[in-house]
Amino acid sequence: MAGAFETGEAYLAALQALLGDTIVSQHAHRGDMTLVVQTSAVADCLEKLAAAPGLQLDVLTDLTAVDYLPRTPRFEVVYHLLNFGTSLRLRIKVQVDDGEAVPTVSNLFLSANWMEREVYDMYGIVFDGHPDLRRILLYPEFEGHPLRKDYAKEAAQPRLELRDHRPWRDTPPEGVG
Amino acid sequence: MELGTTAPANIVDDNGRLGDSVIMTRMSDAIAWCRKWSLFPYPFITACCGMEFMATAATHYDLDRFGAALPRFSPRQADLMWVVGTVTHKQAPYLRQVYDQMAEPKWVLSFGVCATSGGFYRNYATVQGIDKIVPVDMYIPGCPPRPEMVMDGLLKLMDRIQGHRKTVLAEAIAEGES
Repeated sequence: MAGAFETGEAYLAALQALLGDTIVSQHAHRGDMTLVVQTSAVADCLEKLAAAPGLQLDVLTDLTAVDYLPRTPRFEVVYHLLNFGTSLRLRIKVQVDDGEAVPTVSNLFLSANWMEREVYDMYGIVFDGHPDLRRILLYPEFEGHPLRKDYAKEAAQPRLELRDHRPWRDTPPEGVG
Repeated sequence: MELGTTAPANIVDDNGRLGDSVIMTRMSDAIAWCRKWSLFPYPFITACCGMEFMATAATHYDLDRFGAALPRFSPRQADLMWVVGTVTHKQAPYLRQVYDQMAEPKWVLSFGVCATSGGFYRNYATVQGIDKIVPVDMYIPGCPPRPEMVMDGLLKLMDRIQGHRKTVLAEAIAEGES
């Protein structure tokens, strides 16, 4: 949390002054600062954080999600912001449930375009206003969202008929089908 | 492998027989000899094993001395497809398509554990061994395999091409017994 602020309290005060009651909760640990904000306000918050003269958190370094099944709300979408000049960092989280949409930030940050597509591909979280929300890593025929906790990790969906090749002589090695 | 017997030392005798400038062999052996010493690799490289492929092909370890130096990046012009690195289900149809585009005779060499069996990726995305997509002639395990191991695999494949059809396991058992 190097940068313009001497103490974490000063940083938090500046953030609270800027974002007000859109902050749901906050925590800090060993120099990290994390805010949980209201889902509907996240695009505005990120815009303000990028523009504010004392903060200028205008680089989005990461946009990802976590599945906390069986908690409700189930997902958290996590944004990592950086001020490139002062190395000031901030983490913003929003909590969404299955079926809820999140406002897109791809109009503010170009990198968010592909990062939101990845979150959609892996978790199924829809981003309202995204210009091209479709799968990015997996193929269109793939059904489901594999990083969800209720997707079986080994459940492959082959695109072509697999050969039934058994390269062992008599019995398969241990653990093989 | 001995290519055949040579004719007797005297060059031309009264019966007009030829000397040792002529080698007698079977046509299939001669053609196989030519094929194995002039393999044109198609390096289907997807991941980190590609680094080890490059190391093996470069001057320090050198694939050129096995005649397998010149890669052909068109499957129509290649005869040995090296599948190097992880293959995902997304990529599987394209691997099959490239294999189908190669003309006979063709061989496939699976380089590294990801191509051989899925490696340590036991998940929804990775094909658990490319032999589920294409027939494989030689498996080279390793993560990545050392260049020496790659060359060993290539030499064993060349023995296969020549027509020595013993399996690797049988050879090892035979060596152990003798």
